[in-house]
Amino acid sequence: MRDDEASLVAAAKGGSLDAFQELVSRYEAKIYRLAWNITRNKEDAEDAMQDAFLKAFQHLDGFEGGSRFYTWLVRIAVNEALMKLRKRRPNQVSLDEPVQSDDDLMPRDLQDWGPSPEQRYARTELNQILTDAIEELDSPYRMAFVLRDVSELSTEETAEALGISVPAVKSRLLRARLKLREKLDHHFRSKPS
Amino acid sequence: MNCRGVIAELTTYLDEAMDAVTAAELELHLNACKKCRLIVDTTRKTIEIYCNAEPVPLPQEVRDRLHKALFERLGHAR
Repeated sequence: MRDDEASLVAAAKGGSLDAFQELVSRYEAKIYRLAWNITRNKEDAEDAMQDAFLKAFQHLDGFEGGSRFYTWLVRIAVNEALMKLRKRRPNQVSLDEPVQSDDDLMPRDLQDWGPSPEQRYARTELNQILTDAIEELDSPYRMAFVLRDVSELSTEETAEALGISVPAVKSRLLRARLKLREKLDHHFRSKPS
Repeated sequence: MNCRGVIAELTTYLDEAMDAVTAAELELHLNACKKCRLIVDTTRKTIEIYCNAEPVPLPQEVRDRLHKALFERLGHAR
C-alpha cells in the first residue's frame, strides 16, 4: 500500500467521496483492463468496472486493511465481471479447469525470438496479436494469467481472488503461459516457419 | 533435473519463488540444454510483452462516465 493510501482509505470510509475518487483514479485503468480481459466486451467491461467501484465504496467498512486495497478491489471486480460474462454467455463460463493430460505441455519445434520480438510489429498490430492469443485461452487459464501476470497480483492473491488453491493457480498459470507462448511463437520466432 | 522437471518448475522459476538449491539444479540443466533455454526465454518474453503492452486503454469517455456515475450515485450516499 502506498504511504498515503491508508489515509485515503480511512477518509473514504469516513464518507469522503474526494478520497474515494482519488483511489478510483489510481486503479481505474487496471480495473477496466481486468474487466475487459474477463468479459471481452466493452459495454460489459464498463458496467463491471462501474459496479465494482460502487460496491467497493458501499462495502468499504468490510475492508479490514489486512490485504492490499487493490487486491480487495480486484476481487470485487472479478466477481462483477464474471456476473456480466455469465449473463451474456451462461453456458460458456466455467472456472473449473478442463481435464488435461500432463503429456501435452512440452513445447516442440522451438526457435529463438531474438531480443525484442515485439518491436517487429506496429503497436496496433501487436495489440491485435496479443488480444487474439489471450482470447483463445479457456476461461480458467485466462483468469489466472490476467490476474497474476497482467494485473500483477501475487500467486496467493490470485488464489484468493479466484477462490482456488495456490497449487491450482500455479498449475493454471503454467498452462496459460505455455499456451500463450505457443500462440505468440509463430509471430515472434526469428525465422518464420 | 531433466526437461520435464524444468517444465514442472517453470512458473516457480520465472516468478523467482524457487529455493536456491532447486534453482541451481535447474540452471545447471539450462546450461546444457538449448531447448529448455529457449522455453524459459520465450515464456519469460511472453509474460514481459503482455506486462509491457497496453492493449486495453481506458477511453476518456468511459472514465468520464465512471466518475459521473460515482458522483451521482454516491455524492449523497453518506
